[in-house]
Amino acid sequence: MQETSVPQAHVHAPPEGFIRKHVFSLDHKVIGKQYYGLALVAVFLGMALSWLMRLHLVWPNAKVPGLELLSKVGAPGGVMTPEYYLSLLTMHGTLMVFFVLTNAPFAAFGNYFLPIQIGAEDMAFPRFNMMSFWVTFTAFLVLITAFIIPDGPPIAGWTSYAPLSAVGKDAGPGMQFGESLWGLSIALFCIGSLLGALNFIATTLDLRAKGMTLMRMPISTWAWFITSCIALLAFAVLLPACILLVLDRHAGTSFFIPAGLVVSDRLQPHSGGSPLLWQHLFWFFGHPEVYIAILPSMGIVSHILINSMRKPLLSAKVVIYSMMSIGFLSYMVWGHHMFVSGMNPMSSLAFSFPTLTITIPATVMTLIWLGSLYGADIQINSASLFALGFISMFVSGGVSGFFLAQPSIDIYLHGTYFVVGHFHLVMGVASLFGVFAGTYFWFPKMSGRMMNDNLGKLHFLITFIGAYCIFMPFHYLGLVGNVRRYSSFVDDFMGPDLMSLHKFITISALITGAAQFIFLFNLIYSRFKGAPASDNPWNATTLEWSIPSPPPWNNFGDKHPIVYHDPYQYGVRGNKGDFVMQDSPEQSIVSGD
Amino acid sequence: MGKIFAVVLVIIALASAYPIISNKYAMPEDISTHGHLIDEQLHETMWEAGLSFLGAQLVLAYFVWVFTNRKAGSPLKTFPGGAKVMVIAAILFVGTEILALGVMGQKAWGSVYFTAPKPDALQVQAQAGQFAYYFRYPGADGKFGAIHPDKIDEGNQNYFGLDPANEVEARDDVVSGELVVPANREVQLLMHAKDVGHSFYVRELRIQQDFVPGLDLAIHFTATKVGKYEIICTQLCGLGHYNMKAYLNVMSPEDYDKWMKTQEAAQ
Amino acid sequence: MSSASTVNSHAVALPAASAPAASGVIAETSADRASRSGIWLGLFTITMSFAAFTSALFVREGTSDWGHIVLPSILYFNTFLLLCSSATIEISRRCLSGGRLIDAQKSRKGIVWLLFTLLLGIAFCVGQFMAWQQLRAEGLYLATNPNSSFFYVLTCMHVLHLVAGIAVLTYLTGRILATHRTLRRSLFDNVAIYWHFLGILWVYLFGLCLMKL
Repeated sequence: MQETSVPQAHVHAPPEGFIRKHVFSLDHKVIGKQYYGLALVAVFLGMALSWLMRLHLVWPNAKVPGLELLSKVGAPGGVMTPEYYLSLLTMHGTLMVFFVLTNAPFAAFGNYFLPIQIGAEDMAFPRFNMMSFWVTFTAFLVLITAFIIPDGPPIAGWTSYAPLSAVGKDAGPGMQFGESLWGLSIALFCIGSLLGALNFIATTLDLRAKGMTLMRMPISTWAWFITSCIALLAFAVLLPACILLVLDRHAGTSFFIPAGLVVSDRLQPHSGGSPLLWQHLFWFFGHPEVYIAILPSMGIVSHILINSMRKPLLSAKVVIYSMMSIGFLSYMVWGHHMFVSGMNPMSSLAFSFPTLTITIPATVMTLIWLGSLYGADIQINSASLFALGFISMFVSGGVSGFFLAQPSIDIYLHGTYFVVGHFHLVMGVASLFGVFAGTYFWFPKMSGRMMNDNLGKLHFLITFIGAYCIFMPFHYLGLVGNVRRYSSFVDDFMGPDLMSLHKFITISALITGAAQFIFLFNLIYSRFKGAPASDNPWNATTLEWSIPSPPPWNNFGDKHPIVYHDPYQYGVRGNKGDFVMQDSPEQSIVSGD
Repeated sequence: MGKIFAVVLVIIALASAYPIISNKYAMPEDISTHGHLIDEQLHETMWEAGLSFLGAQLVLAYFVWVFTNRKAGSPLKTFPGGAKVMVIAAILFVGTEILALGVMGQKAWGSVYFTAPKPDALQVQAQAGQFAYYFRYPGADGKFGAIHPDKIDEGNQNYFGLDPANEVEARDDVVSGELVVPANREVQLLMHAKDVGHSFYVRELRIQQDFVPGLDLAIHFTATKVGKYEIICTQLCGLGHYNMKAYLNVMSPEDYDKWMKTQEAAQ
Repeated sequence: MSSASTVNSHAVALPAASAPAASGVIAETSADRASRSGIWLGLFTITMSFAAFTSALFVREGTSDWGHIVLPSILYFNTFLLLCSSATIEISRRCLSGGRLIDAQKSRKGIVWLLFTLLLGIAFCVGQFMAWQQLRAEGLYLATNPNSSFFYVLTCMHVLHLVAGIAVLTYLTGRILATHRTLRRSLFDNVAIYWHFLGILWVYLFGLCLMKL
């Protein structure tokens, strides 16, 4: 029987009854699955919105059957109005950045696996954990309400720049109540995320099992931990910003609205506010937010890659330190979203240097991933394919960032499709590939069944090719000067050549989107009919594979684990094969090589 | 499947690079005096980004091809030099690029933002509002009349809210829906936002600058080629954002003088 | 605040060493350490939020329409009340006896000081409300000028956090008084830390308002 050095009280009683087990659960595993489910709904909704947007761009007068049911005003007769395009654009961005990319790689997988990977029975604060999910869920409901109010969702983009977002209904459709619902939803989301981040940090610092030193934590745990530290600071700044925005909209204050604005022929009764203040507050949150979106996927991919390579990375420590530097630097670069915003041009230069510098740890990580593949024994399965695909997507997206980091180049590329291509590749694709990889990898542990690998490989192939077909052309459009957030292309230079490219993108988007239903089918079917999974189907080393699939309510039963090794003992001669598990007392013998 | 991935990746990498290499989607010609610095910087970055992109994708494809489905018993190998080599390579390679581009970039950025406009630069004011641009020239007295937001009356074409009845300076201001400038003369553009954020973007001029409500911003440029060039809005400003544009009409100095005389006579 | 000790007697499986012993040794469990980390993380977050408000204030203060307001003098008295409440909660904390778990029977004095703390906290809130009334009487509302806007926003945000603290403290008082329950001492300590923090935060905000407004 294992013993612990520090007495551990059971964090909460075993759950009884349906509501306690599956709805208002204190169990981090259930909460993780709830976050995943929410992200799944949000991603399909966001994807459907993007289809509508892409269809409108290439066939603006097409009647979309059923669209007028969603909004009589926004799409009379099924034909989308320019303002409704902007509403869909705003909701697409908001759903994807907040409810998918912050929820899935971080809140969902982090909640499920962080406690297990460090040998804990649950998170430090299970009640706060439950609260954080339900607050996030409420935020989602508040946001979705914008679709059903008569005026519709806001049209100011997920970035909600003032004064457009602050002056109220004069700014346009959806800007009376839709924008306020946005503000309320995001404020709630901040609170949910802060509670979650707090939980992750306290758990990582204080609930590690005996022998689990910080440097023995898996890379995925480190990624969730670093992400939580970033999130704690970032969301703490977005919340006040949203509060001030709502006050400007409804209480007549002038935090962001200057004097003398004439909107819709009405002189606005505000004065002295600063639109740039909103941008600074928003991007001080906004830039770390995109690292919150990518870091967990970097950790998940590293974790899966090592398992599928059957050998450790060239240096896990360097990868961890690189993630830390990225986290640290992420707070110094927010101004690169504002190079041509009218802020002091000296500041623009100042912000560009740390922005360029972030390339260094990102390059280090990429080189380590690539270098580790050399001489490996790569096992190909759905999870490892997405992990390898992540590397490709991260390189592609990262490289375009290098252009945008330079203010003088940004003069030309800002506000064009080049930017949209960049952030979709890193966030919309690379980060999502981390989620896919994690799903295929951890599904057996979470459900006790295997996902269908053939369907997974098909899903990967179509998604990998499709994502490049969609987003690589965005860069070419940007180089030509195609501006973003346009509901139609009426500029002189948008000739048939460019419109064919747009058609190609739209068709690729529809096909790639359809392929996601293969994934959804696989997920649901396997949950009920998948082949039974053993405790350790991937011959992996970390603590989650030492417990049953699916795990009991208290993870490790009555045995508190003791950790003897670093997390990646692969390529060694162990009792069970070419690996030694973290909680196995056997000494690892390095295979002759 | 690993081999399939490798082949697909190589095809994608080469297919992605092809439009760039063949210059199929080229930037429009540069008609400004400072633009060549930006273009040079972009080309330098494209080389470096392109080589990094191709290098990384091809290496990834190669390693996946070679190291999947290996014969049973093949030994595991470690990349020579290990992590240290990678860290040093990253710092050297990226560090050098950052320095080179940073130095280049300062010149390009500075030519737009850190040089003062010439004293005889042509003064024009641009006003951006939902969803049109209007431009105004100071007229013979060289002074702009004050803007009174409460006097704006689009129906009577008082776009700027001028008060010519009570203000002398406002009487000779020339208002135009086009930005007409003479070639090869520096223009100082004073930027005023009427309602929400907008932006001034002329691709050929290699200029992009946001209008910020409440802030008086100015940029300067010199156009070198006669012609009409689109001015488009790149800052989301509402439902008409996609359609908000005007024209930069670069005329020869003689044509410009003729045009200005006609405008002034019409005031 | 954090995961308090479970209610079901069978679920708590503490080894003997951590039971309140005659020697008064309090074994720190991982749950105690986690809740201590939790409160410091929470305070860090609140600090960062007020830092964001502060920077917004500094940016806004640079404009010409800032205006100067005279702060109601009741604010000084409110500050005094809040700082006293920090003292009373600290005395209460030291008077609550027992080891790892608070023993309600032996903590009569501690409970009295706790009630004083609650009273002072509520009095502070009432005082803040009166300060707002006085400002309104002078015609200074939320949107009157940016100065007044920030005053209302900062004081309101602070009061909301204090009300939360009062609610938790009331709940804890109830827990201590209900003698068949036991309360972890570390939980009480965390609430005290939060309370002191709100006092320090108020001194900072008041100073900021005095300097800037």
